[in-house]
Amino acid sequence: MISKEFLLYLLVLAGTTYLVRMIPLVLCKKKIENRFLLSFLHYVPIAVLSAMTIPAIFYATDSILTATVGFAAAIILAYFGQSLVTVAAASCACVLIAELIAKLF
Amino acid sequence: MEQNSFKKGIVDGLPICVGYFAVSFAFGIFAVGQGLTWLEAVLISVTNLTSAGQLAGVPIIAGGGTFAELAVSQLVINSRYSLMSVSLSQKLSGKVKLWQRFIIAFGNTDEIFAVATANPGLVGSRYMYGLIITPVLGWSGGTLLGAVAGDILPAIVVTSLGVAIYGMFIAIVVPQIKRERSAAVCAGIAVALSCAFYFVPALSKVPSGFTIIICAIAAALIAALLFPLPRKEGAADDK
Repeated sequence: MISKEFLLYLLVLAGTTYLVRMIPLVLCKKKIENRFLLSFLHYVPIAVLSAMTIPAIFYATDSILTATVGFAAAIILAYFGQSLVTVAAASCACVLIAELIAKLF
Repeated sequence: MEQNSFKKGIVDGLPICVGYFAVSFAFGIFAVGQGLTWLEAVLISVTNLTSAGQLAGVPIIAGGGTFAELAVSQLVINSRYSLMSVSLSQKLSGKVKLWQRFIIAFGNTDEIFAVATANPGLVGSRYMYGLIITPVLGWSGGTLLGAVAGDILPAIVVTSLGVAIYGMFIAIVVPQIKRERSAAVCAGIAVALSCAFYFVPALSKVPSGFTIIICAIAAALIAALLFPLPRKEGAADDK
């Protein structure tokens, strides 16, 4: 059912992905003391997530308009401290409603 | 203060699990559409646990591309994980053993990384296992369901689920922006750069895997120069 060829592909795919994650985590065992490096690493998560979200979210649905509705809903709910599930689910629900309305016209 | 409860990890992983379910459902549909079997799609999800990399890899596999092409595509798209692993290494408790790092590394996705580093203190291996296991189940389960029953959901619902992961990112970023002005500046720079890579014709040819790591490094560097963390003991886990 699973061909040898596919297994080789899988090995390359999963192997590369794993090595990229594993090597730095295993090598950086010591606590970094350098203040600048610590500051840099402190800002990495927010920088990565921000760059991944914008502008990509605006192209995640069928139209920029409905995506913007989902984006706005997520921003507002997150601003008022809602949990990850609530924000994600409400954002999807708002896009669905917007898509349904858009289909009417 | 150290977080090492397996149960807390599971609870914190639940939203990721839900978000992953939605995204991997779409991946399952995509993989089968490309000509893979449901088993192949699920195997890819279980062993890779990454969205963008898998989406790029499947057409290469389905189209009979070379191993080199496949490996390079993953290196480029997933290079951001290296940066996250360096950052996560500083967040792990000193009690986390070397062999446990080999396991935790497998689960260092964008979302798991984001939730782990959002903890106020250091995190232990048991917490990380909990935080990884629920998303793995969601990711594999969603892939399976999308692959075998993708056409039962109306297209419009699948489309709407596409924003789930971004909604989660926003839920992580916005509270931090509210707390720290420096985080707002950092996010602003990252967004401006990623928009430049998307809209400026000369820059838009750069593969998206590269653009994310370039944007992240540049924004974090500038923020670190402008707003270095206060000099104190254990500055990595401040607040």
